[in-house]
Amino acid sequence: MSKSREALIDPLFNNNPIALQILGICSALAVTTKMDTALVMSAAVIFVLLFSNLFISVLRNQIPTSIRIIVQLVIIASLVIVVDEVLKAYLFDISKQLSVFVGLIITNCIIMGRAEAYAMQNPPGMSMIDGLGNGLGYGVILAGTAVLRELFGSGSLFSVQLLPLVSEGGWYTPNGLMVLSPGAFFIIGFFIWGIRTWKPEQVEQD
Amino acid sequence: MEYYLNLAVKAIFVENIALAFFLGMCSFLAVSKRVSTAIGLGLAVIFVLSVTVPLNNLVYVYALKPGALAWVSPALATKDLSFLGFLTFIGTIAALTQIVEMTLDRFAPALYAALGIFLPLIAVNCAILGASLWMMERNYNLAESAVFGFGSGVGWALAIVALAGIRERLRYSNPPEGLRGLGLTFIIVGLMAIGFMAFAGVQL
Repeated sequence: MSKSREALIDPLFNNNPIALQILGICSALAVTTKMDTALVMSAAVIFVLLFSNLFISVLRNQIPTSIRIIVQLVIIASLVIVVDEVLKAYLFDISKQLSVFVGLIITNCIIMGRAEAYAMQNPPGMSMIDGLGNGLGYGVILAGTAVLRELFGSGSLFSVQLLPLVSEGGWYTPNGLMVLSPGAFFIIGFFIWGIRTWKPEQVEQD
Repeated sequence: MEYYLNLAVKAIFVENIALAFFLGMCSFLAVSKRVSTAIGLGLAVIFVLSVTVPLNNLVYVYALKPGALAWVSPALATKDLSFLGFLTFIGTIAALTQIVEMTLDRFAPALYAALGIFLPLIAVNCAILGASLWMMERNYNLAESAVFGFGSGVGWALAIVALAGIRERLRYSNPPEGLRGLGLTFIIVGLMAIGFMAFAGVQL
């Protein structure tokens, strides 16, 4: 039990896929201008990660090593197609905003990385827990970044206006940098600084 | 002609895929510690992008687009296979990188030795798949997608080489402990993105 708890909790802060393993950063930066896109994206990644880890782990003894990358990509791509079609059917607006980034879940290094590093060596149950943990670790950073970017960049959360904007007669002048790409880099940079100050053993020696 | 030049400039500077769209970030951050390796990976990305984007364009136009199969038989004119886009694109990319790797190994061993380890990595670089997906989203034709693929590759290579140059210099600085490595790299990339925003609105 403790081992599976560790596989679930560890990726949240101790071994976070984004902050420590440098995996899956592309989409983390691009979809975090708003809370709703960030949460939908996290849910999509958690779903794909959970099932890709499960299927790859089930098949791990059948996949020949020389073509394992292609086999993994096919499994992942099929799962992403399912996610994409579901989003198009039920959350069309958000799917339009996410545009190519849903497709880019295929090449999101978290998924390939966990498949290679974990699911190829471990039984299905543990692999699913590992997938869930890493997906949540990804979601935590995404949600944190999106809260800051949406709140300070447009004064709202989940598109509900919390800070009245100057242009609409309120007092808050939105910080345009937050919704642009540099803002995302700065916020993640400071997040990593924060996590590493809190847990000094993650500091890189070089 | 001017139109294509404009498209290339836009892909390289204004809408740089690394700094404006965050594509290919994993290898962008992981392989930018030294200028020499950054140049190798940059060249490989330029090459693979300029080939895969037009190739995927052909696949999309003649096999996947709604009504694209009309040239096989009129009965297939109503079929829409565009939902298979992800799977075919990633298949094309993975197969192509494999072919490129084998060809280089056979005919250009020097180049192969220089790019060798990066080629397989490229198959899972989101910049490659991302460019193909933008091509589909924006409905580029064959010539446009060739220019766009090449331009995106050059833009990405430019960004990674510049970042590697800065990171090599950083070795002599003394940042706060928690910021060392990844944290500081993110902040530098943010500053670079601000620099590239100066190109916004540039048109030929």
